[in-house]
Amino acid sequence: MIVSRRRLLGMGAAGAGGLLLSGCDRLNQSEAVRQGLAGAEGLTMRAQRLLVGDALAREFTEAEMSPDFRVNGSSRVEDSQYRRLLASQFAGWALQVGGLVHRPLALGLDALKAMPQRTQITRHDCVEGWSAIGKWQGPQLGAILTQAGLLPQARYVVFHCADVLDGKPYYESIDLIDAFHAQTILAWRMNDAPLSEGHGAPVRLRVERQLGYKQAKYVMRIEVTQTLAGLYGGKGGHWEDLRGYQWYAGI
Amino acid sequence: MDSTPASPQHTAPPPKGGDTVLRHRWPVRIWHWTNALVMAVMLMSGLMIFNAHPRLYWGHYGANPDPAWLDLEKVNGGIPFPGWITLPSHYSLADARLWHLAFAWALVLAFIGYLGWALASEHLKRNLAPQLAELAPRHLWHDIREHARLRFPTGLAALSYNVLQKLAYGAVLFVLLPGIVLTGLAMSPAIDAGFPWLVDLFAGRQSARSLHFLCAAGLVAFLLVHLAMVLLAGPVNELRSMLTGYYRLPPEREEQA
Repeated sequence: MIVSRRRLLGMGAAGAGGLLLSGCDRLNQSEAVRQGLAGAEGLTMRAQRLLVGDALAREFTEAEMSPDFRVNGSSRVEDSQYRRLLASQFAGWALQVGGLVHRPLALGLDALKAMPQRTQITRHDCVEGWSAIGKWQGPQLGAILTQAGLLPQARYVVFHCADVLDGKPYYESIDLIDAFHAQTILAWRMNDAPLSEGHGAPVRLRVERQLGYKQAKYVMRIEVTQTLAGLYGGKGGHWEDLRGYQWYAGI
Repeated sequence: MDSTPASPQHTAPPPKGGDTVLRHRWPVRIWHWTNALVMAVMLMSGLMIFNAHPRLYWGHYGANPDPAWLDLEKVNGGIPFPGWITLPSHYSLADARLWHLAFAWALVLAFIGYLGWALASEHLKRNLAPQLAELAPRHLWHDIREHARLRFPTGLAALSYNVLQKLAYGAVLFVLLPGIVLTGLAMSPAIDAGFPWLVDLFAGRQSARSLHFLCAAGLVAFLLVHLAMVLLAGPVNELRSMLTGYYRLPPEREEQA
């Protein structure tokens, strides 16, 4: 009697739990529910922009740096052209800047190094939860965009990368507010050494007030656009397209 | 609606054991059930987010090469919290963040709404704030012993919160909920840029992440005790009071000689 009642209760609980679980997963799959939840992303972005303005991310001292800054995402680029460039320390390589600009640019590493430099020791926050503090150096993205001259329709800056993850080329994008933020740089130097392959040689985007997946590595080409639709999966970034991460990664 | 349950009208005789009385006003009931849903979503999606990096650190930075004070990477093949307790049940950091960051708004807005009402209506002052006499060690010890013996207040005394309840609700309202919201915000790189004092308050982003997890553990502990107390005190009567507001006062015990 007691055993059967206990079993009955157990079965009831398991059944209710199963229903709840499948109910949660069904809600999770529902397009309408996902759209509703995704609406919070826009709310978060507007609220954060309003509250934070153009405040700078904290800059740390050398003593506060991570002893070991882990590599994440792509650690190696298979593309044969990239491998040749890496072997020659990117001699003859040039960063292409195009799209909605007056003057398309091709900037070699020497040209990037000759521009006014910004050095910042900042905290890198991965979407997974870990953080690492490192030192980055490079020209401000805003200076490069100013040199190219944006056309009036320009809204987004897209970063095309050399690495391929899960069979798709990596790319990322930010809007002009973040593109012209003082700490948004194209880093060619990290922790006082040229950027390693694992950390995104020859240049990596640093957009310090967003999460790690926005910090595109192996940047080959910068394209200024009016919209993100029509580029790759249309959601503005590799992880955004493939996994559904938020395009605005300020939280 | 506006009558205060704890202070009955002068004209009517005070309610006694067996009477059905208004115990929870509507803002309490609405917030309670909103919170039940919101906390379930936040906890389940939060555990999935934790699964993405099941290590906790103190300080500003913390990643795999750094020492962790909690490391569950070896548990269950690196996914310490199983599918039946996470949202979604399959591994998806992106989907968990979708739920977590949307319901965070609901949590904050409902909490602010409730606190605003509780202040304005004096619910906080009259019903939740412990009286000085209740905090006397003798009184506290008496209540702890009565609870341990599962002897809960009866009659008129059951209409107001006892001191252990007040302390537990106070910890949730003024420590765990504000703590979990502020530590959550302190993990946002954008918020940290605008409000560096917030991340300093918790001595770094990784400390904030650890405290976020500990606050969640505290809320789970509260939930378990809360559910146990509801079951022990009479689940039908307790559920009815939180749904309709009306509660049947437990009859006075006949004191044992």
